[in-house]
This record gives sequence, C-alpha cells and structure tokens, in this order.
Amino acid sequence: MPSTIVTEEIELIHSDKGPGGGGFSVGGGDGGDSGDSSGATRVPQRAYITGMLIALAGILMFFMAFVSAYIVRKDMPNSAWIPLQVPRILWLNTLILVVSSFTLARAHSRFSARDDEGFGHWWATTTFLGVLFVAGQILAWRQLAAQGIFLASNPSSSFFYVFTGAHGLHLLGGILALLYVQFRATRKVTRGTAIEVVSMYWHFMDGLWVFLFLLLYLGR
Amino acid sequence: MSSHAHTGGSTVHAPMAEPSGFIRKYIFSVDHKVIGIQYFLLALTAVVVGIVLSLLMRFHLVWPNATLPFVSGGQMSQEQYLALVTMHGTIMVFFVLTTAPQGGFGNYFLPIQIGAPDMAFPRLNMLSFWVTFLAFVCIIAAFVVPGGAPISGWTGYTPLSGLGEITGPGEGWGQTMWIVSISLFCLASLLGALNFIATTIDLRAPGMSLLRMPLTVWGWFVTAILGLLAFGILLAGGILLLLDRSAGTSFFIPAGLVVNDQLQAHSGGSPILWQHLFWFFGHPEVYIAILPGMGVASHVLSTFARKPVYGYRAMAYAICAIGFLGFMVWGHHMFVSGMSPYSGFAFSVLTMSIGVPSAIKTFNWLGTLWGGKIQFKTPMLFALGFVSLFVSGGLSGLFLAQPAVDNMLHATYYVVAHFHLVMGVAAIFGIFAATYFWFPKMFGRMMSEPLGKIHFWFTFVGAYCIFMPMHFIGIAGGIRRYADASAVGFLAHLQPVHEFMTIAAFITGAAQLFFLFNFFYSLKFGPKASTNPWNATTLEWDTDSPPPIDNFGGHYPSVYRGPYEFSVPGAVDDFIPQWLEPSQVARVK
Repeated sequence: MPSTIVTEEIELIHSDKGPGGGGFSVGGGDGGDSGDSSGATRVPQRAYITGMLIALAGILMFFMAFVSAYIVRKDMPNSAWIPLQVPRILWLNTLILVVSSFTLARAHSRFSARDDEGFGHWWATTTFLGVLFVAGQILAWRQLAAQGIFLASNPSSSFFYVFTGAHGLHLLGGILALLYVQFRATRKVTRGTAIEVVSMYWHFMDGLWVFLFLLLYLGR
Repeated sequence: MSSHAHTGGSTVHAPMAEPSGFIRKYIFSVDHKVIGIQYFLLALTAVVVGIVLSLLMRFHLVWPNATLPFVSGGQMSQEQYLALVTMHGTIMVFFVLTTAPQGGFGNYFLPIQIGAPDMAFPRLNMLSFWVTFLAFVCIIAAFVVPGGAPISGWTGYTPLSGLGEITGPGEGWGQTMWIVSISLFCLASLLGALNFIATTIDLRAPGMSLLRMPLTVWGWFVTAILGLLAFGILLAGGILLLLDRSAGTSFFIPAGLVVNDQLQAHSGGSPILWQHLFWFFGHPEVYIAILPGMGVASHVLSTFARKPVYGYRAMAYAICAIGFLGFMVWGHHMFVSGMSPYSGFAFSVLTMSIGVPSAIKTFNWLGTLWGGKIQFKTPMLFALGFVSLFVSGGLSGLFLAQPAVDNMLHATYYVVAHFHLVMGVAAIFGIFAATYFWFPKMFGRMMSEPLGKIHFWFTFVGAYCIFMPMHFIGIAGGIRRYADASAVGFLAHLQPVHEFMTIAAFITGAAQLFFLFNFFYSLKFGPKASTNPWNATTLEWDTDSPPPIDNFGGHYPSVYRGPYEFSVPGAVDDFIPQWLEPSQVARVK
C-alpha cells in the first residue's frame, strides 16, 4: 500500500509542526486548550514518537535476552531438551495478528483521509483481532496443558510459555492502548500522535511475534 | 529575576502555577526537581544503611568472635556475614550509585541544563521514582522476612540463588525479595532511561545543539542509553531465575545437583547462562554508575579552574566510546568460568581498549587544570578526588583484564579494592562534588566551606587507607567472601592489615557525619545563595535558587555558545554564560 505510506508521512510531518519551529512549544500551542493538565501541551508531539522508538528498543533488548538464553540453553550438552511440537493453532493466531497489522494500517490511512467513521471501524477490527489472538494463545496453552506439557515439563516448554506469556502481556497492553485511543484520546492535537504511537507499538509486537514463532517453529 | 539579561530570542509566557497541597507538591509530584530530590533522599537513606552494613563487615573481619547485642545468638554467623556482603553490594550499587547520580542529579539538572521546563513525560517520571521506592522497600524487607537477607552476593549467582532455603538461610524468602526488588528496580530504571533520552533528544532549547550540551548532560544521556539497553536484560534474567525458584523450571540449575545430601529435581540448566545475562547487564551498570560522575567532574573542574574543558568534543566522544565498549566486555567478569581462551582473549583486548577513552578523559581533565586559576572550593576538591580515585582504581583494571593474571586475582580482595576505588568511591566523590556544587541551586543556601573541606580530607585520605592495603591482601591470596580469615594459615599474618583498614573505615565512616551535619544545617541556616554563586556558565545558573516550578519563571532561554566559555580573551568577565546574547557580552575596549 504505497499510497498509505505517503499519507502517513505527510501526517507525521504535519503533526511535527509546533509553534516556534525549533524547540518545544509552550503553553497550549495550536490546540488552544492549555491548562487542562500540567506539562501535556508543553511537550512537542514528536517526543512521543521518540519515546515510543526508545521504548521499543528497550523491549527488544528484553526479548533478545530470552532469545539468546533460548539459543544457548537449547544447544547445551546434557540439556535434556525435548523439541516441542508447537500447537497447530499458532499458525492461525499468527495469521490473525498479521492481518491485524493490515487492518491497523487501513485505519491509519482512513484517519489521514479524515474519515472518522472508517477509522473507528478498522481500528475496532484491529482491537477485535488482537483479542482473538490472545484468546488463541490461551487456547494453545490449554492444548499443551491437555497433553500434560506444563511450564516446568521441559526446557523447551518453559521457553514456550515464557515467550508466549511475555509477548501476550505486551499485546494485552497494546489492546488497552487501542481501546484508549478509540474511546479516550479525543483531543484534536494529540489524537494523531496517539494513533501514530500505538500503531508503531502494534506493528512491532506483530513483527516480534512472527520472529518468535519462527524461532519456536524452525529453531526447536 | 531582575538580573536576567535575556531578551530577543527567549520566549516569555505567564509563569506556571504551582500545585497546591502538600501531597501534590512534595509526595506525588510530577515536577522533575522534586522527583530529583526524592531520588537523592532515597539514595541518602540507602547510603547510610550501606555504610552501616560495611562497618559491621569490617568489624567482623577483625573481631569475628565479638559478642554483638543485636545479633541473635550473640556472635555473627558466617551466613550472616554473607548476608551483609550481599545487602551492602546490592544497596550500594542499585540504590546509591545508580540512584543518586542519575535519578537524583540527572533528574534535577538535565532539563534545566538543556533549557526545558520539565522532563518529556512527567507522570512517567513520577512513576519511575515510586517504583524505585517500592524496590527499596522490598530490599529492606529482605532483612526481616523469615530466614533473613540473601547470601548469594549482589551478583546472585546460580545455583546458590536458584534453589531456595536448602542452600542457606536467606535463600528462601530473602532471595525472592531480592529478585523482586531488582526486577522492580529494572522496570523503574527503564522508564527513567526512556524519559531521559526523549527529553535530551526533543526538549533542548533553541541553540542548544548536541555539541553545546554540558558534559554532565552527555554523561546522563549516554548513561540513560546504557540503562535502556541493559536493564531489560537483567529483568529477563530475574524473571527466569524467579521461575527456576518457584515454578520448578531449569534455566540455570544443572542436572544431578546434590545440596545438603538431597538430589535436586532439575535438569540440564546452565549456571553460566545466568552469569552471561547478569554481566551483560552488570558491566554497563558499572558505567551507569561512573559516567555521570565523569560528567560532573569535567563540569566542576572547568568551572573552578576558570578554563574551558580541554578537548570538549573528545570528552563527549570518549563518553560515547566508553558506553559503546561497555557492552562488549562483560566476559571479563567470567574469565575463570571455563570460557574458551579465544573468547577470553577477545574480551581481554576489548577491555583494555576501554583504557583509550579513559586515558583521553584523564588527559583532558589534567589539560583543563593546566595553567588554570584554580579555586579550591569543596566541589573542586571532590572533583579532583574523583580524578585521583578514577586513575588509582582504573589502573588495577589493566591487570585484572588479562586472563592469566585474573586467574590468580579472581575473587580476591584485589578485585574488591579495584571496583571500590574506580566505581564505588570515585562515583561517590562524583556525587559529593555534585552535592556541594549544586546545593545552592537546589536549596537556595550555601553549604559550609570549612566543614566541606574537613569532610573532603577525611574521606579522601580515608578511602585510600581503606582500599590501598586491600590490594596487597588480594595479591597475597585473601579470598574476598571469607567471613573470618584469621583461622586460615596463610592469611593469618595479614590480620594487622585488616585491623588498619577497619580502623580507617570507622574513621572515614564517622567523618561522613560532617557531611550530614553540613547538609541539614545548611538547609536551614546556610547563607542565602545568589542566582549564580560560582560564576558558572550553564543554564541552571540563569534562574532563581531554587528554580521556580517551570524552571525559568515563564521565560525560556536561548543558547548562543558552548557550555564552558571561561577566561575568553577580550571579555571583561572571566565567564560568558550560554544564555547571554553576543551583543551583551562585555568586551574590553
């Protein structure tokens, strides 16, 4: 969707512009609704984008610690490692999450086109798919548990639960953020940024899951 | 505020209203200055606890059989000694050396020094302080849970830390509290790091380019990047360790492990894996403790030598280089873990290469002093002490960086002496320099110079008296975690050295009362501080002491030059502040 990407960039540049150009904007700025909370409008909108990029770097390191532990632990001599058959439902879950990235991109482009209704529709679809993914992950856990494979059964299952659990928690946070944007982040000045920031997070969690899934599937 | 000579470039707005009500203002405040002071007071509390623990350790090493009133059973057991070791290290590294320079002074002065009204995310800032506070409550609670404090050291090595009560008192509840505390601390530090980085990138005042930032800001900025990339690793490690302890997984616990005649039901985990995860965090952590001190030392040396920092750019790049290399050397903590000699060689060369940026910094500190009109104020003394201790402690690092030498010195007092000088005491001197330097700005009053100087000389001489002899005990083979070396044949004759160190430690510890008295007395009775008592150049001296809620009282400064314009030829004053417009600089006719 090249056209979408172009509008995204325009939106980004647009939301970047604060009064005064260079530094931070002070006291209200374009929205004119200052005084509602301390500091909120004193921060340029781009700081939220920066903040999310930084947060994603930290989250990436957190998961990479697990990933490197996985790689080391798997190939240890006497590792007692029994490869885990990943539950088949994970394929479906993965598909759902990947599709949710596309619906999110769609919502984003609807927002850029100032189509609020279309935005709300696609954004809600994304949220729904996110909930579906988490439900699917829980189902995968239950399937494993039914086979008698628990957290402590084998190092491979320990890592499976750690990966899916840590990712699932992060995704739940993403769902809360999606809901927040849909229902609460209604201020005109900040809504574009909120959508931008949450989208970055969601796409990142999608990509991270694809990576973890491939690791669990190919690297078992 | 009438003294302000800013016009034109700076924007003027109505001053922000301060929040009313004690709780909003002082407890759950979103003001970075209040949060900075909260962090500072937390660290001050922690350092008192940490010092008391270390004095108990020193006491026990010299008089192991003494009867102590507060110890159950009268005499301190070896496990209790190990608990002191663990808690001293943990509290000092996390809640003092990480909390005071970064959370305290970084929080307070980074936004002001770049001309911002607050951190980018004030509520996140408040959250990170309160999570840190919770972490501190957890670590202190480890003293009083059943079994007492953990005994596995601040590194929490597995399998000792992974098996629960069976490996010793304190390894049950105490160790769990330790892991929870450290994990919370990691979380809080990640939030803090995020805030610092975003603030530095996006909230700089007009004209404040990266290479016009004070070196203190460079120190905090790079420290925050290290924190962002390192704390997540320890958090992940902590989660896995907690699962090993409570959920029966085997990430770190090997198969066939017999403890107290009981076979442990774990299979195939790797204790070395924990060491890798821990030290991948742990080595950057060393720089998290020291980089802010380097920034403060540069800042203070320049101000009191009345000279620009020699080689400013090289100093900024050296901070970045140290931060970057800091991520590649964690293996030097593990030379004796059976690693491949090739890895050992790589880690060794990389470790020694950190000597290059470190030497650049030291050379430039000396270059800054060279030919300066040095004013020996208390902050200056502590900055000079920082340089001295950093060199003394850093040099022994070159020995430890070589696997062949480290094989002999590993886990001896030589290592303890090394890291206490270079990371412990040097960083503490950075904190003291910062305290004496910025106290007038933070609290609007001056600290006593005579008391400060007494404090400096006792602490400086005392630190060397404690830690220099320690090197010799290490070379002689003194093992660092022995609770009582007097009964060990080849170490017994070193007891007089231990006695000397213990006496020095008690005197140095007592001398800190000069500081505490000076601090709290000056809060109330110190002479009023002017806006810029040190004739310094950076933006924090452009505002009231203490600064108003929005830092600059409704106006926001613009920056016209680098941070260290001292003794500029042709200027009337020997300092030109960053905020002064070029047309307003008084020139010699």
